[in-house]
Amino acid sequence: MGLPLFPPGDDPGPSFAALVRRTPAQSPSQPGPPRAPYAPAAPSPPEPVRHGTTVAALRYAEGVVMAGDRRATEGNLIAHRGIEKVFPADRHSAVAIAGAAGPAIEMVKLFQTQLEHYEKVEGVALSLEGKANQLGQMVREHLPMAMQGLAVVPLFAGYDLRRGSGRIFTYDVTGGHYEEADHGATGSGGRDARTTIKLGWTPGLSRDAAIELAVRALYEAADEDSATGGPDLVRGIFPVVATVTADGYDRVGDVEVAERFATLVARHDRGPRP
Amino acid sequence: MTMPFYVAPEQVMKDRAEYAQKGIARGRSLVAGVYDSGILIVAENPSRSLHKVSEIYDRIAFAGVGKYNEFDQLRVAGVRHADTKGFAYSREDVDARSLANLYAQYLGTVFTHEMKPLEVEILVAEIGEAGEGDQLYHISYDGTVTDEDRFAVLGGETETISERFESAYVDGWDLGQALRAAVSALAGPDRQLGPGDLEVAVLARAEGRRAFRRIVNEELAEALGA
Repeated sequence: MGLPLFPPGDDPGPSFAALVRRTPAQSPSQPGPPRAPYAPAAPSPPEPVRHGTTVAALRYAEGVVMAGDRRATEGNLIAHRGIEKVFPADRHSAVAIAGAAGPAIEMVKLFQTQLEHYEKVEGVALSLEGKANQLGQMVREHLPMAMQGLAVVPLFAGYDLRRGSGRIFTYDVTGGHYEEADHGATGSGGRDARTTIKLGWTPGLSRDAAIELAVRALYEAADEDSATGGPDLVRGIFPVVATVTADGYDRVGDVEVAERFATLVARHDRGPRP
Repeated sequence: MTMPFYVAPEQVMKDRAEYAQKGIARGRSLVAGVYDSGILIVAENPSRSLHKVSEIYDRIAFAGVGKYNEFDQLRVAGVRHADTKGFAYSREDVDARSLANLYAQYLGTVFTHEMKPLEVEILVAEIGEAGEGDQLYHISYDGTVTDEDRFAVLGGETETISERFESAYVDGWDLGQALRAAVSALAGPDRQLGPGDLEVAVLARAEGRRAFRRIVNEELAEALGA
């Protein structure tokens, strides 16, 4: 394999996906088209596929908080208890996934590489809007798989350095992306999480209050949705919570998340029924 | 029928080498050296936006002197190589040695087969874990790779700059000391280089995953002044 040099007319520019398409030997699993032709629409894949579930994001005074549960399911079985659904996309943004776990994680990896690749080739990072748009294009390219039941629906949030505030984008399977004013959630428990956040959200929340609200949203979602995992106190597995501020992406430590859950559980605890 | 003149291969190579050396010597020079917690790269470069030093991957940096468009093309190819490799395998599998070899192959091929050799000299630097395994690969216009231990000087007047830098070199010095030594080595006895004439970047172990960081503006002025 030689140095990846291209004639001026065929240069992929700062796009990593376009680059991978031009150098197929490098990647055993190349993303994007061309894909194998797929059989005429089967309503769902024959084998149960791992699915990821509730992720939520909300704005607070210094930026955004993003949180996601840890459960992956295969049909009615629990496939994994500790899967992670919240990832740093780059220094100032985070991406969370819901949907088929395999393609979703692959998409996140491609997205992360794309953002860094662009930044290195061009010498400046993409704008937050640009990043959201890129992710939308990746979701749209995935549409044929989504039609076969392997949908991937991400949630994107970041700190916009130009505007000086946190911003949140939600997606649908067609790659459409919509900016949310204050909060967003997706996945099978997304509705419950959204409702919880909606009821508790106020402008200019502090970091602590925002983390607590995110944790509560996941707790309520896990309470109602079988495919969303709550805190696993036996194994010590807690949801992934991360903040994105002007200082960048920062994952909230498990100890802090555990403390939030402890206060939450203490408040809900009514003792054994008589 | 006209016959082309016979030119001895030695002469062809000599002419090409001279041509490339002349092109490189016209530009300004660059010094890279190890310090206690990373690798420092200092280039004499009055431009704020046309960089000579840049990031390739987590622990790998690139620096070039000579013709800007030629080494910038090599830089982008390096980023592409590293990113595709890291994507296909793992981030740990991306290393400076294989990239340096690719550059060397390419420069060597261009030097012998193309009309015009590339008028560039490049450096691929990688920091290792905790002071071990810092690597500096110096690749010249004809594809010759040199693995440097402590420092590398690229561009014109390399010998005098090397002498000046070597005489100031102290094992395990800190960033400030290394930076001031590099700047005075580049400037020589008769000139003074300020923050506006310099492009400075480090690969620092303390930076986390992406070790590359530019030192600019106040931070640079402060480091030079102290």
